[in-house]
Amino acid sequence: MKIRNFLIRIADIYRFVARAVRETILPPYEWKETLHQCFVVGNRSLFLIAFTSFLAGVVFTRQSRPSLASFGAESWLPSLVSQAVIRSLGPLITGLICAGKLGSNIGAELGSMRVSEQIDAMEVSGTRPFSYLVVSRVTATTLMLPLLVVFADAMALLGSYLTVNTINSTGFMLYFNDVSVSVTYVDIFSSIIKAGFFGFAIGIVGCYAGYHAERGTTGVGRAANTAVVASMILIFIVDLLSLQFINLFRR
Amino acid sequence: MITPLQNNRHTSAAGTQQADDAVVASVRNLQKSFGDVIVLRDVNLDLYAGENLVILGRSGTGKSVLIKCMVGLIKPDAGSINILGYDVLKLNQDELNEMRLQVGFSFQGSALYDSMTVRQNLEFPLQRNLGIFDQTELNERVVNALEDVGLESAIDKMPSELSGGMKKRVGIARTLILNPKIMLYDEPTAGLDPITSIEINDLIVKVRDKYKTASIIITHDISSARHTADRVIALVGGYNKQEGTFDEIKQTTDPELQPFFNY
Repeated sequence: MKIRNFLIRIADIYRFVARAVRETILPPYEWKETLHQCFVVGNRSLFLIAFTSFLAGVVFTRQSRPSLASFGAESWLPSLVSQAVIRSLGPLITGLICAGKLGSNIGAELGSMRVSEQIDAMEVSGTRPFSYLVVSRVTATTLMLPLLVVFADAMALLGSYLTVNTINSTGFMLYFNDVSVSVTYVDIFSSIIKAGFFGFAIGIVGCYAGYHAERGTTGVGRAANTAVVASMILIFIVDLLSLQFINLFRR
Repeated sequence: MITPLQNNRHTSAAGTQQADDAVVASVRNLQKSFGDVIVLRDVNLDLYAGENLVILGRSGTGKSVLIKCMVGLIKPDAGSINILGYDVLKLNQDELNEMRLQVGFSFQGSALYDSMTVRQNLEFPLQRNLGIFDQTELNERVVNALEDVGLESAIDKMPSELSGGMKKRVGIARTLILNPKIMLYDEPTAGLDPITSIEINDLIVKVRDKYKTASIIITHDISSARHTADRVIALVGGYNKQEGTFDEIKQTTDPELQPFFNY
């Protein structure tokens, strides 16, 4: 029975994802609501991502510096930090923060709408709630995560630069010249594309959990929790898979 | 095509013959179970144009499940449902939306969109279904709908600022704004005080008279049934056990129905 339920759930998730993709591609498009959700996603996460990325840049630089200094390779610090931030740290920090902040929000919001029959009310009035609620949110998280990652990378590098500058007065141009030499287009674009997948995972998991919430307030809590946990796990899986894939290009 | 299986028309409590004999909705041999629990065993009904049909029954007898099956929110296990010529169980999503535009559904908990004001709640179906974005036209339609339910003063309030009765009326206004041919009311007086219940019952009768809608009213509230019904179907044990006017049903000797009227 458990295996049967598991397979039914997998089929249900597949149908949900396929429907989200199909309704994203095919008209009618939800321009207005998608733009609104993009604003919500950006506005809700920007400060937190700026703050945590800046701190991550500072901490990573301070922790890496003694190790590099012991090899006399302190001048490699900008290269090390920039590669770490752009390849992995920036997307991962942004993805995990958004999974917590946006995933829980989407799961709880849609879950609450589900248990209070608001989604049913949209269904019976023929207003296409799937398109309005799910497609707009999934599109917004997919589009906005790459932008947030670029912003997070910039803040982390800024934090790193200020740390280096404080310790040994390295100039702005010198630091970012080292960064630009060590970072490739493959690093930048793979990071941005990966962030898009992170955004899709956060949006689709949050929407699925919320859209299928049941059993009152407990169900809403469970939807929010599932949205966070499942999207975080998915982020690590996507990160691992993308690393394997990107390494093919690096070779 | 809808073919009435039976044409046992009744006169209303007021003694007036109901509107024309056209069947606008019919349900045949409907069955639905959740796991091992059989909720609907064999439900049959016809809804005629312009009438208020009350489905009376105890809580948990599948009354709400019945009307949710009718609008495609719940898929029944067996049977057939025909609404305004649409074979509901065979419709694709677009056809289902087309049918739903002609059917209003008033939820037990009102189901107002709690992140929107009353105005936005009413504008939402107009914008999404009819593509109306002209603010003057939207405003006119919203104000008219709210006047019909006596709540024009609440137009810019949030749902959280409304009482239970006001929420019900806004919910009804939101469905009426699309001029549905059929209204489905799920426990319209549940959780309301007696005076507010009377106001909601009056509103249901007013909607029938003004908009000529056919309505199904799901209730376990006897005074609501007496006030609103042209015809009553008593749902017991997953079957429609008795059918008739309120006064006819009231005379029942059925031990499962008598407690309703002796209470």
